[in-house]
Amino acid sequence: MSKTYVHAPGFVAGDRPKIVTSRFEFADSYTLERYLATDGYKGLRGALSRPANEIHEDVKSATVLGRGGAGFPAGTKWGLTPQQVWPRYLVVNGDESEPGTYKDRLLMERDPHQLIEGCLIACYAAGLSQCFLYIRGEMALAQERVATALNEAYAAGYVGKNILGSKFSVDIILHWGAGAYVVGEETALIESLEGNRGMPRLKPPFFPAANGLYGQPTIVNNVETLANLPWLLTHGVAAYTAIGTKTSPGTRMVAVSGHVKRPGVYEIINGTTTFRDLIYGEEFSGGIRNGNSLKAFVPGGGSAPWFTQDQLDLPFEASQVGPAGSMLGSGAVMVMDETTDIPAAALTLTHFYAHESCGKCTPCREGGTWLERILRRVVEGDGTDADLQQLLEVGAMICPGAFPHAANEKLGLTAVPFPYKMTTICFVGPSAYAPVHSALTLFRSEFEARVKKRVTIAVTAVAGVAANASVSA
Amino acid sequence: MSRLNDTNIKLAHEVIARYPRPKSALIPLLHLSQEQNGYITREAMQHLGELVGVTSAEVYGTASFYEMFKFEPVGKYLINICGTMSCALMGANELMHHAEKKLGVKAGGTTPDGVFTLAHAECQAACTEAPTLQVNYRYRLRVTPADLDRLIDNLRDGKLNDEFPPHGVLSKVRQSIDATRAVGAKAPEDVNESPAWLDGKAAL
Repeated sequence: MSKTYVHAPGFVAGDRPKIVTSRFEFADSYTLERYLATDGYKGLRGALSRPANEIHEDVKSATVLGRGGAGFPAGTKWGLTPQQVWPRYLVVNGDESEPGTYKDRLLMERDPHQLIEGCLIACYAAGLSQCFLYIRGEMALAQERVATALNEAYAAGYVGKNILGSKFSVDIILHWGAGAYVVGEETALIESLEGNRGMPRLKPPFFPAANGLYGQPTIVNNVETLANLPWLLTHGVAAYTAIGTKTSPGTRMVAVSGHVKRPGVYEIINGTTTFRDLIYGEEFSGGIRNGNSLKAFVPGGGSAPWFTQDQLDLPFEASQVGPAGSMLGSGAVMVMDETTDIPAAALTLTHFYAHESCGKCTPCREGGTWLERILRRVVEGDGTDADLQQLLEVGAMICPGAFPHAANEKLGLTAVPFPYKMTTICFVGPSAYAPVHSALTLFRSEFEARVKKRVTIAVTAVAGVAANASVSA
Repeated sequence: MSRLNDTNIKLAHEVIARYPRPKSALIPLLHLSQEQNGYITREAMQHLGELVGVTSAEVYGTASFYEMFKFEPVGKYLINICGTMSCALMGANELMHHAEKKLGVKAGGTTPDGVFTLAHAECQAACTEAPTLQVNYRYRLRVTPADLDRLIDNLRDGKLNDEFPPHGVLSKVRQSIDATRAVGAKAPEDVNESPAWLDGKAAL
């Protein structure tokens, strides 16, 4: 049975295993009291009673995939730090701002202690001596909940010096952002944490695990990734991998928004749940609103190339969604029904990425703006058919070569697999192009119907030369 | 005077001490300054530069990158209406037009009485509850034009003062670390040893 709670707007519980949302049913889930009454800090206690490297091995063998977008296994990431270089830091990415994504904020507002415990387990396992918890600036309530939880946890001896009376000591510093989407990119997050403009760094050499905060080895993990750790340590690797598939174990949080009957945030079983389940399933979104039909959907946040009904049966499994021409990204499905104005919908996303470009890489700074201006012209009815070609040419400056897209039976298209090539450091530039490319590839007729047709007039017309003059010359 | 006041200077020193390098405290201190003054002034940036040991130009360099820092006064209530895809699909543009009419200002403008600033915002991470808006970074979800009218009237009448502190005040709770519990930050060059718990034995 699906259930919703006034205190957790958007969240829809179901009869499925719960790893990160197990306390969402309680109105006071964010308090230390409730947390301790529901297995809270048990995972930490268990972890501290074993050597750190064993905990790291647990996380590795459980294949806890990163939930921020790239889907890289956390345990492997922790192992990429160079030997014997100290100190190492943990930076928590709570700068959730990918269009369509709504999960980390819920986790911070509803269960801040779970996140704190996850941070502590990560620091213990990977030998990280200070943790910075970076929360998006625009989330006042999340900041309050995490600040209160940290104050409680410090006072109760769970954070700080000699945690639970052991030799494990770590500070967790709460840090607020100030409004910049690009800071969700890990190297930009580090720049921002150093007090600078949040512009991404070039990789290599600035792979955070080797050369991150203050030039030191730094692990950057997403909020949801860390929120998985207390459950993993409490219930063990076997219980964790028993949920989901071998390559995508556990659960993940997915937000379904747009034109569905019941938009919501669901904790789904990883790897097996399909997009059809999510969009049409009774325990999930229950189908398209007003009995309309599905036109298209974005499978993994605003940056992801679009899918149509042909891809509905794909599961939440990166190894299948990638070859099909898109990505799972940050667990955000945005659904468009038949009434959607596709060029205008693409414009909202292209505007977003053009606006959020940090300006470091020229193809993104200039290209994103060009894409937005041309697309706006088309949407407002002032475009020409040359503009449609121009959109693709500007896009090719950001992402040279074939750009990923989905197969489409009706249009006779075969899929171009993910990922793309890019001329920029981070994914903001390509993300400005992705919606334009998807919309133009899958719904070209909607653009063509909107552009002004160029009327070709023979240049000789003014002189009054007969149309067949060239024949005689 | 827009330099930090004495209470806030004390707070600022506490915050700076939490980081291995002082400049990391810049964004938190800019928030503190905006909380005190409502926006960021030149004098404030000069002062913050002194506190963390950088020039005021560097402070402005950082501050000007971030959307939330304002360099001129904004209304007591900053109303940010989300216009990104999920909200746009659910009528965000129509909501914005309605707000513009109700307040008599265009997006980006401030009402003559200085109470409201209306702005177009990007994705607010509440996509399933579209269309959304934030008043001083606090949410209102699934907003109808009638909801918006009521919200604006109530804000103007001071009925929502408890829920929405004036612009500049962000989190009402601060992290405070008791000196006896803190590990304390050290500059990275002062740490050369592996953490004590990595000795191959259990910590407990």
